[in-house]
Amino acid sequence: MKVWVTSFFALLVWLTSFSVTAHAADELVVYSARNEQLVRELFDTYSKDTGTRIRFITDKAGPLMQRLKAEGANTPADLLITVDAGNLWRAAEEGVLQPVDSAVLSKNIPAHLRDPGNRWFGLSVRARTIVYSTTRVKPEELSTYEDLASARWKNRLCLRTSKKVYNQSLVATMMARLGEKKTDEVVRGWVANLATDVFSNDTSLMKAIEAGQCDVGIVNTYYYGRLKNKQPDLAAALFWPNQKTSGVHVNVSGAGVTRYAKHRDSAVKFLEWLSTPPAQKILAESNMEYPANPQVKPHPMVAAWGSFKQDTLNVSNAGKLQSSAVMLMDRAGYR
Amino acid sequence: MNTSVSQRNTRPELGISGSLDVGVWQWRLASLAIAAIVAAPILIVFAAWLGPSSETWPHLASTVLPGLLRNTFVLIVGVGSGVFILGVGLAWLTTMCEFPGRRFFEWALMLPLAIPAYVLAFVMVGLLDYSGPVQGGLREMFGSSAWFPSVRSEGGVVIVMTLAFYPYVYMLARTAFIGQGRNVLDTGRVLGLSPWASFLRISLPMARPAIAAGIALALMETLADFGAVSIFNYDTFTIAIYKAWFGFFDLAAAAQLASLLLLFVAVALVVEKQMRGRARYDVTGKLTNEPRFHLSGWRAAGASLAAGTVMMLAFVVPVARLALWAWESALSDLDSRYFRFFFNTLFLGAVAAGLTAFAAVLLAYTYRLRPERLTRAAIRFATLGYALPGSVLAVGIMLSFVWLDQQINSVAMSVFNVKLAQVLTGSLVALLLAYVVRFMAVAYGPVDSAFERIKPSLLQAARSLGASNWQILWRVSIPMLRAGMFSAALLVFVEVMKEMPATLLLRPFGWDTLATRIFEMTAEGEWERAALPALTLVLAGLIPVVMLVRRANKRWT
Repeated sequence: MKVWVTSFFALLVWLTSFSVTAHAADELVVYSARNEQLVRELFDTYSKDTGTRIRFITDKAGPLMQRLKAEGANTPADLLITVDAGNLWRAAEEGVLQPVDSAVLSKNIPAHLRDPGNRWFGLSVRARTIVYSTTRVKPEELSTYEDLASARWKNRLCLRTSKKVYNQSLVATMMARLGEKKTDEVVRGWVANLATDVFSNDTSLMKAIEAGQCDVGIVNTYYYGRLKNKQPDLAAALFWPNQKTSGVHVNVSGAGVTRYAKHRDSAVKFLEWLSTPPAQKILAESNMEYPANPQVKPHPMVAAWGSFKQDTLNVSNAGKLQSSAVMLMDRAGYR
Repeated sequence: MNTSVSQRNTRPELGISGSLDVGVWQWRLASLAIAAIVAAPILIVFAAWLGPSSETWPHLASTVLPGLLRNTFVLIVGVGSGVFILGVGLAWLTTMCEFPGRRFFEWALMLPLAIPAYVLAFVMVGLLDYSGPVQGGLREMFGSSAWFPSVRSEGGVVIVMTLAFYPYVYMLARTAFIGQGRNVLDTGRVLGLSPWASFLRISLPMARPAIAAGIALALMETLADFGAVSIFNYDTFTIAIYKAWFGFFDLAAAAQLASLLLLFVAVALVVEKQMRGRARYDVTGKLTNEPRFHLSGWRAAGASLAAGTVMMLAFVVPVARLALWAWESALSDLDSRYFRFFFNTLFLGAVAAGLTAFAAVLLAYTYRLRPERLTRAAIRFATLGYALPGSVLAVGIMLSFVWLDQQINSVAMSVFNVKLAQVLTGSLVALLLAYVVRFMAVAYGPVDSAFERIKPSLLQAARSLGASNWQILWRVSIPMLRAGMFSAALLVFVEVMKEMPATLLLRPFGWDTLATRIFEMTAEGEWERAALPALTLVLAGLIPVVMLVRRANKRWT
């Protein structure tokens, strides 16, 4: 028994040796809230091309931001990658990112997809749009997000939970456009039209539409693409709403250089590379999203859903109004 | 020496007292240090009250909070009764009775422990919801009017959580029942009690510390759960915490809400301890190898059926579903990295289990060396963290490590004039410490209830023979605690393997585990692809379970 205890403590001493971290010059440290299978190919490609070694951890955006904030000047992280404009806006607000003035980034990323203060840049675009049952709904019946609140969709609408940040951003941008009163009416109308309790994810929502539990819903395009890939005979299709008005609501995944980056120059270089065609192609195709760089074409399957007019309101509005949007949805009884 | 003996005689309920022995202060220091490390993140959570108040509070109170409190209450009552009935009932059947399949169920009923609650929830909702295969099949047979109970409902979430968490009670109750042996029951029988009456009036009350510890773990896990309740869209108090954090970016309000949760748990635990009163639970006599109650006829069939049904729903169905998914769509993910995930998971689990169990024994033993308010309060406080939602505690732990790093840095700067940056944060040591903090409650429960069953006179005898505190711990207590310690270590082992938020936030670069792999897949809703790491996790979880079972059998039969 004593041998065991001794070896146990010996093991612990050995483990402490892991804590010593070396800072190599051609190295980048990334905190990523975009998950591993969607960033690894980018990192590998860049490492192979430039010899820069990239080390990273993944987690949810909230905890990663807290860690960056707590670590302050001691942080090993050079770059923060995260999904959703609200999270990017919050990271900038918390002061964990620094501005990057780069001609390459300004040229490659449209103005409405990046921070007005250049602290973060959208890198891939996801549209949150209407999905409908091809057996029970004609596309002519559809028009706007707001219209889904009208009485003809009574007991025919399915929504995902309001706890998901994608819905919070959607409602936040509606508030920026329509004002609080009108948005409140729309959200209450949605709640009144629900065919069943809200869903925890977009995929089960689409499955419910196919099974006949409801007829229309709102989803991110890449979830549709994934399901359609698996079930080519899926009896549901995408519709681009608000084409005569504001355009389809879009959100981004993006990145920013951390305020205390130890390898600032190579972080900026990597960020610039991420906005160029080869990286944009990988970024968009790995998750069936739209490239943020307009020169790059989306994956053929994604392109086949048709082109659409997107909402050009700066995506950072989603962050500014996020908590008001959550409060509005709470009051409207949208769970 | 004499005074010390008489002192013992006047305070028998305290176990070994001997408070004046040389060396006790070192024990106190050691255990207070452990308690302080474990308590620091919880203190950080409470410290949120020092900050400014925000508009998040009034908003939550006027909109969602009343409903959340009601839901949480229902969940606690439902899951509490559920795990009590399943856990104690099955433990009794497999320890005291003989029925077809008992030897298999004995260990197999622990296997659901390896299945995270959110995985079970996802599989069940996927199978049984409107668009799932079961209801789809029913509609095909009986037309679209076929009725089916709503799955995403109160009943559904209670059943799934009961199935996920009953093993805590099952395991601890089993250890207690085995420890009692048949002879206490025989005493009851000799006194004219029926088997039922002797179960209700002797075995059950005697196993109370263990059962209470098991239910406490199950309920703390229920309170902390975020994954399973989100899949059911069942809004509990945890939802308010996450809403404050991720919806309003108000971590302070989230921490304040979380601390209320802890306060509630603390009160519940104190009340339970008070209700036990001054009762003692030590066991006298030798464990005998008496034959079990032989069930026959419908009773035997009923026992097998009950155990079989639980086993089916809580383990076979989810594993089969995962296996099918893994085969259909996730096998392409399998490559050499999985060796690393597998190794990391087992390695972290094993080391953390050893550390935590050892620390728990130290805490429980010090308390028995010298029971006093400060030690007790420190321990109580230190074991509360388990009821915190994982991400909140993970951030608390991270903050305390960052603070320590800053102290280390300022010392290094002023004394040696070197800049170290981060020493602890992001190191393996920090991750392991985080596990000790997170799972202290899990280890302390079984160890403490095992201590309760040691007769104080045994330790007093050792003391009077001149044994030192260390010798008493090493040569008397630990051998008698073995079953409890193994339960503790096993539970921590399995919990660490499933643990997600702290692992994600604190793992060193490259230390991905099976649980973080599950996170990568489920973060974007790709549940089918998470089947492979989830299944591998269940397989890895079998290792400690089988180890424990073999150990327990060797010792007791």
